[in-house]
Amino acid sequence: MKILKYLVVISTFFLSTISYAGTLVINSNQSDPRANEVMHAYIKAFDEAHPDITVVVNDFDTEEYKVSIRNFLQADPPDVAIWFAGNRMKFFVDQGLFEDVSDVWESAGFNDSMSATKGALTVDGKQYGVPYGYYQWGVYYRKDIFDDLGLNEPRTWDEFKWVCAMLKKNGVTPITIGTRYLWTAAGWFDYMNMRVNGYDFHMDLMNGDASYEDPRLDDVFDKWAELLNAGYFLEDHAALSWQEAITPMINGEAAMYLMGNFMVPFFEDAGMVDKVDYFQFPKIYEGIGMAEDAPTDTFHIPSGAKNKTDARKFLAFLANPEEAYKLASGNGVLTPNGNAKAPEDRFQMQGFKVLSNASDIAQFYDRDTHPDMHADGMPGLQEFMVKPDRIGAIRSRLDKTRKRVFK
Amino acid sequence: MINYLKKNQLKFAPIYFLAPTIILFSLYVIYPIIDSIWVSFHSWNGMDRSLLDSSGELKNWKWVGLDNYRELFFDDYTFPINIINNLKWLILSLLVIPIGLGLAIFLNQNIKEMKFIKPLFFFPFVINLVVVSLIFTWFYMPKYGLLDLIFRSVGLEPIAFLAEETLATYAIIFAFFWPAIAYTMIIYLTGLTNINIEVVEAGRIDGASGFNMFWNVILPQLRPATFIATVVTVVGALRSFDMVAIMTKGGPWGSSSVLAYKMYEEALFSYRMGYGSAIATILFLIMDIYIAWFLYRLFINESSEK
Repeated sequence: MKILKYLVVISTFFLSTISYAGTLVINSNQSDPRANEVMHAYIKAFDEAHPDITVVVNDFDTEEYKVSIRNFLQADPPDVAIWFAGNRMKFFVDQGLFEDVSDVWESAGFNDSMSATKGALTVDGKQYGVPYGYYQWGVYYRKDIFDDLGLNEPRTWDEFKWVCAMLKKNGVTPITIGTRYLWTAAGWFDYMNMRVNGYDFHMDLMNGDASYEDPRLDDVFDKWAELLNAGYFLEDHAALSWQEAITPMINGEAAMYLMGNFMVPFFEDAGMVDKVDYFQFPKIYEGIGMAEDAPTDTFHIPSGAKNKTDARKFLAFLANPEEAYKLASGNGVLTPNGNAKAPEDRFQMQGFKVLSNASDIAQFYDRDTHPDMHADGMPGLQEFMVKPDRIGAIRSRLDKTRKRVFK
Repeated sequence: MINYLKKNQLKFAPIYFLAPTIILFSLYVIYPIIDSIWVSFHSWNGMDRSLLDSSGELKNWKWVGLDNYRELFFDDYTFPINIINNLKWLILSLLVIPIGLGLAIFLNQNIKEMKFIKPLFFFPFVINLVVVSLIFTWFYMPKYGLLDLIFRSVGLEPIAFLAEETLATYAIIFAFFWPAIAYTMIIYLTGLTNINIEVVEAGRIDGASGFNMFWNVILPQLRPATFIATVVTVVGALRSFDMVAIMTKGGPWGSSSVLAYKMYEEALFSYRMGYGSAIATILFLIMDIYIAWFLYRLFINESSEK
């Protein structure tokens, strides 16, 4: 094993640029052309503000990055790594691979300007990274179809069900979804559970402290099954990717899609984005806070970084409101920096409003719970969406996994 | 020393030639196999094996004995589903061999037009498996796929094959047939060019023709081709991971998953390297048993001919 480790170190040594003082190495997962351009523009702005620092960026493919980060954090840590807040970050914090950057939060004033997302970066009262972007989830819908049928954006559960019934009656599939990659089903679960039982119970479940067989979840699955049994969801969604399931909505055959704001470019590319609008996932019970899913993308300093001084400067650079704004809005997301100007895009504006008023912010099922738990949880939720009557067996199975994972 | 080596040149020369291969093979094949088996007796999340926690015990690396195997065999409800799916792959993939042989014989005719038709049959083998998977995913796509169109045009109710827990595996195996048949066909086509004409003619003089000729004269001469075709197809079927990953991600809800895919998911997504290695070890044993049995039979056949 030792020998293998040395080989890995040696090979990465030859592959990566040799770093010396004044060089800042950043590993980035922003491989989509648009995101890549925005990230590089941001890094260039940092470089110009700090002429004494030479910045080296290693670009990775987004999916490949999720696997390779575990190797490079140990074998050849960069000075700054891009990652995700919540449980995904906590895994590396527990391994001692991310540096405590509470001092940066203090000195750069993030405690005030980024208070909304602070919780997602905090483990045991210390901050282990700085967020640069987050985005809202919610229901994207065909406004033209709603207008034709005289429907309004639903604010309550009863209104939502009524909207579904009216759409169905008029031959439009109320809700489209593609669950081949599973996580779309988890989005529904997050919202149903947070609206019915509230954020605290949801987090207990994510952290393994509450059971999947807890009676409080009965109501969640009953309400969800009501929609399923009424046939409000797109048929055969298990065979579709989330992107493929957008097609019925673009064609006007389906009207609503619970999704993150990253879906908007698909409507833009289809040339029909002005027919689409957004509403917050409706309230189910009075007195339950309106918590939201808002996955947060982050910068971290690996514990093994060679140039931590300059890495701290890089993290603190997010205090610059203009650059923080450009980095986020260029990617179609929101900047966590409260000093930055408000977004101008209409979807980002609505998201900004929803998230500013949210009672709590969750990261999303697969970022909030243990990876081993969501590997079993998400197929279970997909199965429930197709065979709602199997829910008993599914829940007992998931609870078995929970007991094993969080022992 | 140098004198000694020179004197025994004949003895040492093979070592020099074999050394590069042996070193690389040991480092990249033998060592990982042994290490995988070793890992399968541990609980390991893929991080630094020697990291200590606050109480001075190993944090990420723990000996669990046969626990991984116990959980796999007795406690994991997906394991039987995976094994059964692997068996489906194994058995159905054998169909590829006669079909490939049939096509090879069909294409082996001396007709001028064959020159243009042949490449069409080679085509699926040239395409990457990832692309094959994507093509078939779109082919099966509910509502917008070609298959849906065909079903509706003949008045049948369309079936979303990849969304049905009972049908998804068969749909993927069917997609696997396309490149696999092309591959066995190519092997048989080269095999057919090596047929000894004299033997065929001798058979003809002895009055053999038609099926008799094929079964007793042609087929035995194709045995090396059959051997390669079978081994490659079966090993391909057993590690049929890429097509499952792309077409269904093991879904719907794990019903089309196979051992290779489960191993990948446990190890790389659930961070359970030990459990993933236990699955890998089982898969390794299954393949070993199969290949050993196959080699043994071949050996028996060959020695009885001599």
